[in-house]
Amino acid sequence: MNGRREFLKASALLSGAALVNSLPFQSVYAAGSDIIRVAVIGCGGRGTGAAFDALKSGHNLKITALCDAFKDNLDRAYDSLKKRFSDKIDVPDSRKYVGFDGYKSAIADADVVILATSPGFRPIHFEEAVRQGKHIFMEKPVAVDIPGIRKVLAAAEIAKQKKLNVVVGLQRRYQDNYREAIKRIQDGAIGDVVAGQVYWNSGGVWVRPRQPQQTEMEYQMRNWYYFNWLCGDHIVEQHVHQLDVVNWVKGAYPVTIQGTGSRAHRTGKEYGEIYDNFALELTYADGSAVYSQCAHFEGAAYRVDETFQATKGRVYMTANGNRAVLYDWSGKEIYRHNGKGNPNPYEQEHKELFEAISKGEYKFANAEYGAYSTLTGIIGRLACYTGKPIKWEKAIQSNISLMPDRYAWDALPKVLPNADGFYPVAVPGVDTGRYIEV
Amino acid sequence: MFRFRFYFFLIITFPLSAQQDFGPYRQKIAGTQLAFDLAAVPGGTFTMGNNAGQDDEKPEHTVEVSPFWMSTHEVTWDLFELFVYKDLEITHSTDKSLPARVDAVSRPSKPYLDMTFGMGKQGYPALAMTQYNAIQFCKWLYARTGVFYRLPTEAEWEFAAKQGQAEGPLDQQAWNTGNSDNTTQKVGTRAPNKYGIYDLLGNVAEWTYDQYSPDFYASLAGKTAVNPVNPPKELYPHVVRGGSYQSDLRYLTPTARDYSDPSWKQIDPQVPKSNWWMPDAPFVGIRLVRPLKAPSEEEILLYYDKAPIKDY
Repeated sequence: MNGRREFLKASALLSGAALVNSLPFQSVYAAGSDIIRVAVIGCGGRGTGAAFDALKSGHNLKITALCDAFKDNLDRAYDSLKKRFSDKIDVPDSRKYVGFDGYKSAIADADVVILATSPGFRPIHFEEAVRQGKHIFMEKPVAVDIPGIRKVLAAAEIAKQKKLNVVVGLQRRYQDNYREAIKRIQDGAIGDVVAGQVYWNSGGVWVRPRQPQQTEMEYQMRNWYYFNWLCGDHIVEQHVHQLDVVNWVKGAYPVTIQGTGSRAHRTGKEYGEIYDNFALELTYADGSAVYSQCAHFEGAAYRVDETFQATKGRVYMTANGNRAVLYDWSGKEIYRHNGKGNPNPYEQEHKELFEAISKGEYKFANAEYGAYSTLTGIIGRLACYTGKPIKWEKAIQSNISLMPDRYAWDALPKVLPNADGFYPVAVPGVDTGRYIEV
Repeated sequence: MFRFRFYFFLIITFPLSAQQDFGPYRQKIAGTQLAFDLAAVPGGTFTMGNNAGQDDEKPEHTVEVSPFWMSTHEVTWDLFELFVYKDLEITHSTDKSLPARVDAVSRPSKPYLDMTFGMGKQGYPALAMTQYNAIQFCKWLYARTGVFYRLPTEAEWEFAAKQGQAEGPLDQQAWNTGNSDNTTQKVGTRAPNKYGIYDLLGNVAEWTYDQYSPDFYASLAGKTAVNPVNPPKELYPHVVRGGSYQSDLRYLTPTARDYSDPSWKQIDPQVPKSNWWMPDAPFVGIRLVRPLKAPSEEEILLYYDKAPIKDY
């Protein structure tokens, strides 16, 4: 009942896109060199961190291009990298790309690209990297809206044809406790999974206050967490980790999602348009249901973990301390993961990616599950914003794009503040056609 | 008679604030329901270190420590979160606003992860903050209360633990790996020491101000060291004392020394890594000290306003 059929059905819809734009195979490395050239697109804390993780992988690589919308981000990343990995940073000013358009050139300067901008740009960056035939590490989530998801899925098909390794930064997939526990679940250790509860309840993240000289575009780009075209809301940006664990454990994607959510307490204008809490019910084709909760409530009890019940037992997993325990229904432990000394999953994902690349192997095609787990979060958001149950098959056809028509500092994003600086916020049951076609 | 003389001595030697005798007291956080208790630790001369312990506990040497108050409990999330989240602090304040001096204190970055690690919040020790974060918390407390609180020096911590050591089985005094179920416990739920201080050993380990140096004791040997401190200049290692719920009982001694390490931030996926959080150290928390002799305003600001030591 937990099978791969659903995966195949969903991706079959999109396979037509796979036929276009197929480039001839490129050699793994730049001609005449055994050094893997890496470009970093998106030089914030995570992009810089991912570059560190790549450089710590022990493989022969160097950073050859940096790209960011903002010069200060790029300069900070360059300084950090240069300080720690001096001889592995080969980025002259001519390969430092600032602004919205530099990604194409940065991708051209490399064999492998790290895509770590705010999530809204991921689909166009991924599409271009695949078009140019590069191996890819891209951060989660991989899109913020459904047209973006379809773009990623189409490019993922082409990446497969071109045998481009694609790793997605859903690092639980590279964390030993999850790998060991879920392998056992898939081998039937606790029977068929019939229910689950997953949580990302925390206190929220940073705010970057508006500065007087900023255009609206610059303000939203800086304070990106609070704008859906850049972030997708925290149900997509953070909770995608749990939703991906659910899909992984189930070996399937949900058929229907419904839920409730609101912007109850975090209502200041600096928090843009996003909600502060969501609760979802994800229903799978076999009739099983998983409950999910994500909230940004300062001061409340925190919880970030995943629990499932199955016909023969249950499982508890959390990234904290690499924990995973499987029990049977008599309470007896079937498996307890020893998390001591497990590899850092953020480093592990790069270690495995660069190992495959340096051996000339094709091993990783994470973009598809990355896209579908991101889509799970997007549908969850839309179900809560509209107050309606949403069917997966219907949702995936949506044409509502959140992206601006033009990327420039003087261009206007689609969601704008009123005279007092407040942004429109979704109200369940009201004007639902703005979020998903009726 | 003895009591009177002791008291007299203190008045002569240390100018006390007019309203404050040197005894235990409760520090209220004005405008909130929160408070924390302090025990008076008299100070004096004692033997620091342990010749029967690990190499870094040697040699035993004579140390004189001035009197101080020490918080009877480890700092809990109840208080620490008001510092982490300004909006939460405003919500908890009776008049829904903050004095300018409190507003001006820089706050930790909001942690991405669940920094309680599923171990509980109300009444449970705050943890996994950097030493810088712990000191900035003290600065926030100063802005809130006007009282200079700071981290213990390693010598003060050992004085309180050694001179205050309680009788009875250690297991009854300290949450450790044998009784904690591998999680933090509510503060103050084991037996206190002679000064009325709880959880000095076990539950969460506690930041001190000192840079860790295995040779520091040797540099003090052969004389009486007065209020010794090894001021921190490098990001690692800093001395951490007392052991935690993860520690084996044999490491829960007044003299055992532990220290911070870059691996305590390993899982932070950002570069530069956070100045505020150590997501791989869900076993280190905060114990507060207030020296009886308050330093000058300049000295206080010098203590609080050191820029964080760069990570990368």
